[in-house]
Amino acid sequence: MRFTRTSKALGIVAIAALALTGCGAGGGTTEGSSDATGDPNKVITAYSNEPQNPLLPANTNEVYGGRVVELLFEGLRTYDADGKPVNALAESIDSSDAQNWTIKVKQGQKFTNGEAITAKTFVDSWNFAANSKNLQNNGFFFESIAGYEEVSAVNSEKTADGKTKTTPAPTAETMSGLAATDDSTITVKLAQPEADWSLRLGYSAFFPLPSAALADPKTFGENPVGNGPYKFEKEGAWVHDQSIALVKNADYSGPRESKNGGVTFKFYTDPGPAYTDLQSDNLDITDVLPSNALKTYETDFQDRNATKAVATNSTLNIPPYNPNFQGEAGKLRREALSYAINREEIAKVVFNGTRTPAKAFVPPVIDGFKEDLKGSEILKFDAAKAKDLWEQANKIQPYDDSKPLQIASNTDGGNKEWIDAVANGFKNNLGIQAEIQPFAKFAEVLNLRKSQQLPGLTRAGWQGDYPSLYNFLGPVWGTNASSNYEKYTNPEFDKLLKEGLAATSTEDANAKFNQAQEVLFEDLPGLPLWDQARPIVWSNNVVKAETGWNGSILYYNITAK
Amino acid sequence: MVRFILRRLLQVIPVFIGTTLLVYYMVFALPGDPIAALFGDRQPPQAVIDTLRSQYHLDEPFIVQYGLFLKNLFTFNLGNDFTGQPIAASLARVFPVTAMLAVEALAIQAIFGVAFGVFAGLRRGGWFDSTVLVASLVVIAVPTFVLGFVFQLVFGVQLGWAKPTVGANADWGSLLLPAVVLGLVSFAYVLRLTRASVSENMNADYVRTATAKGLSRPRVVLAHILRNSLIPVVTYLGANLGGLMGGAIVTEGIFNVPGVGNKLYQAVLRTEGPTIVSIVSVLVLVFVVSNLLVDLLYAWLDPRIRYDQ
Repeated sequence: MRFTRTSKALGIVAIAALALTGCGAGGGTTEGSSDATGDPNKVITAYSNEPQNPLLPANTNEVYGGRVVELLFEGLRTYDADGKPVNALAESIDSSDAQNWTIKVKQGQKFTNGEAITAKTFVDSWNFAANSKNLQNNGFFFESIAGYEEVSAVNSEKTADGKTKTTPAPTAETMSGLAATDDSTITVKLAQPEADWSLRLGYSAFFPLPSAALADPKTFGENPVGNGPYKFEKEGAWVHDQSIALVKNADYSGPRESKNGGVTFKFYTDPGPAYTDLQSDNLDITDVLPSNALKTYETDFQDRNATKAVATNSTLNIPPYNPNFQGEAGKLRREALSYAINREEIAKVVFNGTRTPAKAFVPPVIDGFKEDLKGSEILKFDAAKAKDLWEQANKIQPYDDSKPLQIASNTDGGNKEWIDAVANGFKNNLGIQAEIQPFAKFAEVLNLRKSQQLPGLTRAGWQGDYPSLYNFLGPVWGTNASSNYEKYTNPEFDKLLKEGLAATSTEDANAKFNQAQEVLFEDLPGLPLWDQARPIVWSNNVVKAETGWNGSILYYNITAK
Repeated sequence: MVRFILRRLLQVIPVFIGTTLLVYYMVFALPGDPIAALFGDRQPPQAVIDTLRSQYHLDEPFIVQYGLFLKNLFTFNLGNDFTGQPIAASLARVFPVTAMLAVEALAIQAIFGVAFGVFAGLRRGGWFDSTVLVASLVVIAVPTFVLGFVFQLVFGVQLGWAKPTVGANADWGSLLLPAVVLGLVSFAYVLRLTRASVSENMNADYVRTATAKGLSRPRVVLAHILRNSLIPVVTYLGANLGGLMGGAIVTEGIFNVPGVGNKLYQAVLRTEGPTIVSIVSVLVLVFVVSNLLVDLLYAWLDPRIRYDQ
């Protein structure tokens, strides 16, 4: 019998209640023998929540819709469990100059409604997704293709109250760099050479869409028809706010063939009840644990849990508009802050091993990751050095201590504990005032970041879209990049990224990207904190499960008893 | 009687406008951009954000937004929530579930509360009376969420008598456990109210008269004592129904009930004004109607109460 999750909170009441009820007979017994291949017809139930958009690959950019879309569709490539791209619908992807690409599409592939998938299907889908008029959230994934500018053009005008309003105004319907020369050949011309371009072809934005999706995306998104390892159980398998039922697509033949009969995603507004359901085998698998279960899941689910490092990291961003962190003194202070964070201990004590101390600006699971980059020694905790650097900085320019140094974060995601620990590190090792600047919601923090109104440090995180060093650097730290809210800019960094993209071999590209990281270590626009490891637990109905490179459960690989 | 009902229904109009205006304003005043919040660290193209914003009239001043909401309401078109789902459809999904839960909880507290209360009141100071008094005190003292977790753990996980959560396809059976948790606290209050009122009425003159007339004991208890003792209980139950329909956010959360409470919670997290105010509008109607029913019940329980002059 275990009641680890609740016993701490409930204390005496729980014990009293259990005494009254005679305490029961203990947890379920495992019965029956489990063979390694499992029952191929059994349907798995999995934790999820209501997707925020109609289920369209080019429009789904949040995790709960994304996991469904990835099972319903198959793209030119897919990623194996380690993040290595493997060809799926693509027979070959070639380029001699990293700018002009030729993709051969496998023949005879069909959507589950019988519609054939040809090179033209991809071209039409991509033009649809990139067109600003279609308002697809993932439209910018096509930004490298020549002609994207015209297709995605927008019109910005000032409204009466001084705000700008952006409306779609495409000047072309198709991207000039994209063509289907015959049924099996796609030719792509990029605006500039990009060595890692083919890596992203496994991302959901690049999935093919049947013609019905292009005609009426909203209706299609309610009952999507795809070509992936699973399909909707029936019309209306998505019961809003409750569940989505997928069954195995028997016609699928590809690298992700399903080992079970289907997956039913049950929606939970809170991970707590899901954990309870797992303990009583009412739910089969979850990748989201309530924060109070992080210390107990390994005993609650002995031999039924797995924890794997994933491509998600966290940083503490330092706004360049805070005078304390500008100039020569600011640089020393940024280093001092980094030395004052005991990443090792916080990862162990606060996160219970579900985080590993950061080694760079990119998590180690990404291909091309390099340890011990120049400047990365600041990631090691060193109280004496922190104190020393801080005092040196104060000699150059006194520290404005009129307000405590604040660390801004939303507090609804279990962030308070580690921020308190980091703030205490600053207090004890640097002798300054530091505290959390709590917000009820993520949206508030984001708004203030966008309008440059957070003079303190800000928690930031990045989950890889596709397994590439560039994806962790370009969109986050590049000048004017989409998620560079603190507006860090360094021409040298931008130049190295551009050179990396233009390199014709992955090795050369990664070397440039790692050089670019050394620029970041020099500037420290943010302090790398830790990389995530994702724990998952499963019920007695599951034999084995694992997560992929980005932390999503590989649902097709789950074997059931 | 008819005039009384009409007058009460007319009062709904100012109450309705007042509450919706207030709630709409509070949602409007919440900090943060709800559209940006839909996306997280990876923001979509600005054109998408701006189009969504004008689609939901978030770029309009408060009074225009509220006016549009009222207009939509009176044309029976509640519009879409931020995930693009029609609000009317989601209300039609969540209200029946919560209604079932509320009715079940109400039945539990009314039936058991009144029965236990009558027994305890009739034998005041007896062992049954003392036991339920202490037990009800314990129930009142323990917060609902503690009861919820304990019941879920004991009956759902340890004993396996019930499914620990409700989830999709809620029915009377799967809602029983949360209904018990939800009804338990009010059950204790109903019990105590009934007990006090029964033991007070036992010594009333009309009870002695009824007994003296030679009426049987059950008839005296049911027709004379109980009926006269029910007025405070009915008032309490009526007010409670509104509260139960409002969705027990905590209980629905613990048991993952896809009802009003959960929907409201998510809508608040997403700052979805139209969804929140639509739910509140329905709740206002539920409150008004259940209070009206309580008032009408008074007249039935105590014929001295008249509504028409």
